[in-house]
Amino acid sequence: MSFQIKSSGDSYDVIIVGSGAGGGMASKILSEAGLSVAIVEAGGDFDPAKEADRTQLRPPWESPRRGAGTQIRPFGDFDAAIGGWEIEGEPYTRKDGSEFDWFRSRMVGGRTNHWGRISLRFGPNDFKRASIDGLGDDWPIGYDDVKPYYDKVDKLIGVYGSKEGIYNEPDGFFLPPPKPRLHELYLKKGATSASIPMIPSRLSILTRPINKDRGVCFFCRQCNRACQVYADFSAGTCLVHPAMKQGKVDLFTHSMVRKVTTDDSGKATGVSFVNVKDMKEYKLQSSVVVLGASACETSRIMLNSKSKTHPNGIGNSSGVLGHFLHDSTGASRSGIIPDMMGRERYNEDGTGGMHMYTPWWLDNKKLDFARGYHIEYGGGMGQPGYGAGGNMESMRKYITDEFGKPSPNGGYGQGLKKDIRQIYGSTVGMSGRGESVPRFDNYCEIDPAVVDKFGIPVLRFNYKWTDQEINQAKHMQDTFEEILTGSGAQLLGTKPGADSLYGLAAPGRIIHEVGTARMGNDPKTSVLNSNSQAHDCKNLFVVDAGSFVSQADKNPTWTILALSWRTSDFIVSELKKKNI
Amino acid sequence: MNRRENLKLLFTGTFSTGLILTGCSPEEQASPENALLSGGTIGGRTDEEIQRDKELFSETFFTDTERKKLSTLVDIIMPKDDESPAASEIGVVDFMEFMMKDQPGNQTRMRGGLMWLDYEADEKFGKAFNELSESEVMGIVDEVAWPDTAKPDYEGGVRWFNALRNLTCSGYFSTEAGWKYMGYVGNTPNAWDGVPQEVMDKHGFQLEKKYLPVYLKPEDRGRVAEWDADGNLT
Repeated sequence: MSFQIKSSGDSYDVIIVGSGAGGGMASKILSEAGLSVAIVEAGGDFDPAKEADRTQLRPPWESPRRGAGTQIRPFGDFDAAIGGWEIEGEPYTRKDGSEFDWFRSRMVGGRTNHWGRISLRFGPNDFKRASIDGLGDDWPIGYDDVKPYYDKVDKLIGVYGSKEGIYNEPDGFFLPPPKPRLHELYLKKGATSASIPMIPSRLSILTRPINKDRGVCFFCRQCNRACQVYADFSAGTCLVHPAMKQGKVDLFTHSMVRKVTTDDSGKATGVSFVNVKDMKEYKLQSSVVVLGASACETSRIMLNSKSKTHPNGIGNSSGVLGHFLHDSTGASRSGIIPDMMGRERYNEDGTGGMHMYTPWWLDNKKLDFARGYHIEYGGGMGQPGYGAGGNMESMRKYITDEFGKPSPNGGYGQGLKKDIRQIYGSTVGMSGRGESVPRFDNYCEIDPAVVDKFGIPVLRFNYKWTDQEINQAKHMQDTFEEILTGSGAQLLGTKPGADSLYGLAAPGRIIHEVGTARMGNDPKTSVLNSNSQAHDCKNLFVVDAGSFVSQADKNPTWTILALSWRTSDFIVSELKKKNI
Repeated sequence: MNRRENLKLLFTGTFSTGLILTGCSPEEQASPENALLSGGTIGGRTDEEIQRDKELFSETFFTDTERKKLSTLVDIIMPKDDESPAASEIGVVDFMEFMMKDQPGNQTRMRGGLMWLDYEADEKFGKAFNELSESEVMGIVDEVAWPDTAKPDYEGGVRWFNALRNLTCSGYFSTEAGWKYMGYVGNTPNAWDGVPQEVMDKHGFQLEKKYLPVYLKPEDRGRVAEWDADGNLT
C-alpha cells in the first residue's frame, strides 16, 4: 500500500476528503477541469488488479478461517473492504439506549469496495416526499435537476438493467441484464402469485464493455472482493485511479482529517490531518474544500471544525448539522424450496448479486406506514465456505426420502453428509430495504468525553426507530411469507413479531446512513444549499450522502455519484466566475 | 496459461461458456489440497492481519487429549465413504484449532463440551472418553446428536454438539474434497447464459418473452456498449 506525505504549506485548488463514491467522483470531474486536487484518505491505497491486493477467485482453503468474517472484514476474510463495525483506536459511542452501528472502510474507494452494486436512481417522488405525505421535507431540487447527471453516471460507470417505464423507478442507459438463476425463477413465481413485480436488477457491473480501460464481468459472483479487471464499480478503480493518471491529482493516504481550517473571515483555507503512520500533524491549503468522508464522518469533521466565526462547527449556524441522520430499514426472511433439493449441478455463480429484484409497488396512502421498500433476493449454489452445511440441527427435517419420510434434525454420518448435499442450493432468502422518515431527534454529535487515538473527538449516536419503520417491517414480513409460500418454499425459522420489531435491523446496519448535513433553501433549517455548498462557508462543499434530505427506498450510491458530479460542475463554474 | 494471459482474456471478454480456465498460478499450485493453510490468508492482507494470523498460528489451544476426542467426533460426523474422505483426513481438527483462537468467544463452550465427555464416559462406563470402545462412544454421541428427541437432561450437550457439527461441516465443505462431494463447479471465469435448458424444462420454467431481446447475449460481451438518446442499446 502506497504512502506519501507532503510538507505542510502545499497548496491546491481543491482538497477532497475521502475517496469513496462522492470524493472519487469529485476528484475525476474537478481534475478533468484542469484543477489541482489533493485527495486526503484515512486508509491505504488499494488496486484489485495488483496480485498483492487480489482476493477474487480465491477458494476458502486459501484462508485458515475458510473465509469467515473478522473484526476488520466482518463480511468475510476475502471481502475487499478493510475497516468494519468497530475499528481499533477509533471508537464511537451511543446515548440513551441507541443501537446505531457504524460501518467504516479505511482505504481508497472507501465503502464502494464492499457494497452490492445495486445502482438505483431516485425517482421524481423521492425528492418530494413531504409534498406527498406531509412528513419531513422536500429536497430543494427535483428529479429533473439530477437526471442529466444520472444519465452521465450510467454511461461513465455502467449499470445493467431493463427499461420498465415505472414512474418512480426511472430507466437509464442500461447494459444488458443477465438471465435469472433458477431460484430467482421460483421466487418470481411466488411474487407473481402475490401480484408483486420482480424485474431484472440494476447493478453497476459491466455485462458489456463501456470503454477500453475496464474489462467485462466473467461471472464469479464475487464483486464484494473487488474485481481484478474492474468489471464492477468501485470508486478507486473507476474514478480515483483514472483521475490520478490523467490529471493533477495527489493522493494522501493514511491521513486522518482532524478539521477544516479557516481564516478570520470564516473562509475555509484547507485541512489539518494526522498522518496515521508517523502520528504527526500536517496541514494542506486549498481554495476549495470538498468533504466526501461519508455522511457521519463528514459531519464529525465539520462539528470538530470550530473557530471564532464558526463556534458550533463549520457550516452549523443552523444547529442542524448531524441531525436528520437516517439509515434504510432492513428486515429479512428465508425459506427452503423442496423442488430445488438435489438439483442438477452447473456453474450458477452469475454476477455479484441478485439478477432480479422487486421495486416498491404499493401506494402508501392505503397503508399504515408512509414510505416504501424494495426487496433483494438471495439463494443459489453459492461457493461452499465457512458456514457451509450448517444449521442441520433445525433444517434437516425439511429433507425427505423417496417415501416422503423426513430426515431427523441433527445427527451425523454418511446420511447427514448426503442430506447436506441434497439441501445445497435449495434455500432462498429475501431482504427488504426501506425508506425511513428523517427526524431531527435522530442525530450524531460530538461526544464531549471521548477522543480517538489521534486525539480527535468522536461521534455519539442518538437514534430511535418510530412506528413508521416498525409498521413497514411488519408489512415486509407479511410480504416475505406470501412470496415464499407462493414459490413453493417452506418457511425457515419463526416469523419475527412485535417483540423483535418484526426483525427490523438496528439503525446503521444497512449502511445507507444519510442526511447529517442536509441541503435546503433555508439556512436556518439546512446546512447546505441546493448545490451542496455550505450556507455559512462558500468554499466548503459536501459530496457524500450527508447532503440528502431523504433517503429513498433505493440504495444511495447512484445519487451520491450524480450529486457529486453536479456539485463538481458547480464548483468549476463558481471558480471561473471568481465567486469562490 | 499464465496469469497475465488470463487477465488479458478476462479484459477482452473473449470467454465462451465452454472455455473454462484452470488455475495455474504459483500460489495455487502450492496451495495445500487437504491441510489447513499454514501461513495465514493469501491476498490483500494488511500488516495487522498478517501479524494476527501469525500470532494465532504460534499459539496452541487444544491439548493432545482434546484433539484425540475431536478426531473421533469429526469422523463420526463426517466419515469416509466411497465418494469422500473422513473429516480428520482433510484437516478439520486443525481448522477447529485455528477457529478457537480466531473466535475466542467459542472457547469455553467447546472446552466445556469436551470436558463433559469424560464426565459422561465415567458415569456410563467408568472410563475416560478416549478409552471407550466404538459402541460406547456412540452411546454418548447418540444422547446429544438428535436435538428433537434428546432427553431434557442433555440439553446443554445437544447445544454443544450442534456447534461441533456446524464447525465440522464448515471445515469439511470448505475444502477441495468438500467442493467435489458437493458438486460445486463455480469460482471460475465463464459466461453466464441462464439456467441450462434441460434444467429449465425439468423445473417447468420459461423465460419471459418480453425479456428475451433484453438479456445479455454472450457473443456481445466483447462489443463496447453504445446507446441512442433514449437509452436504447444500438
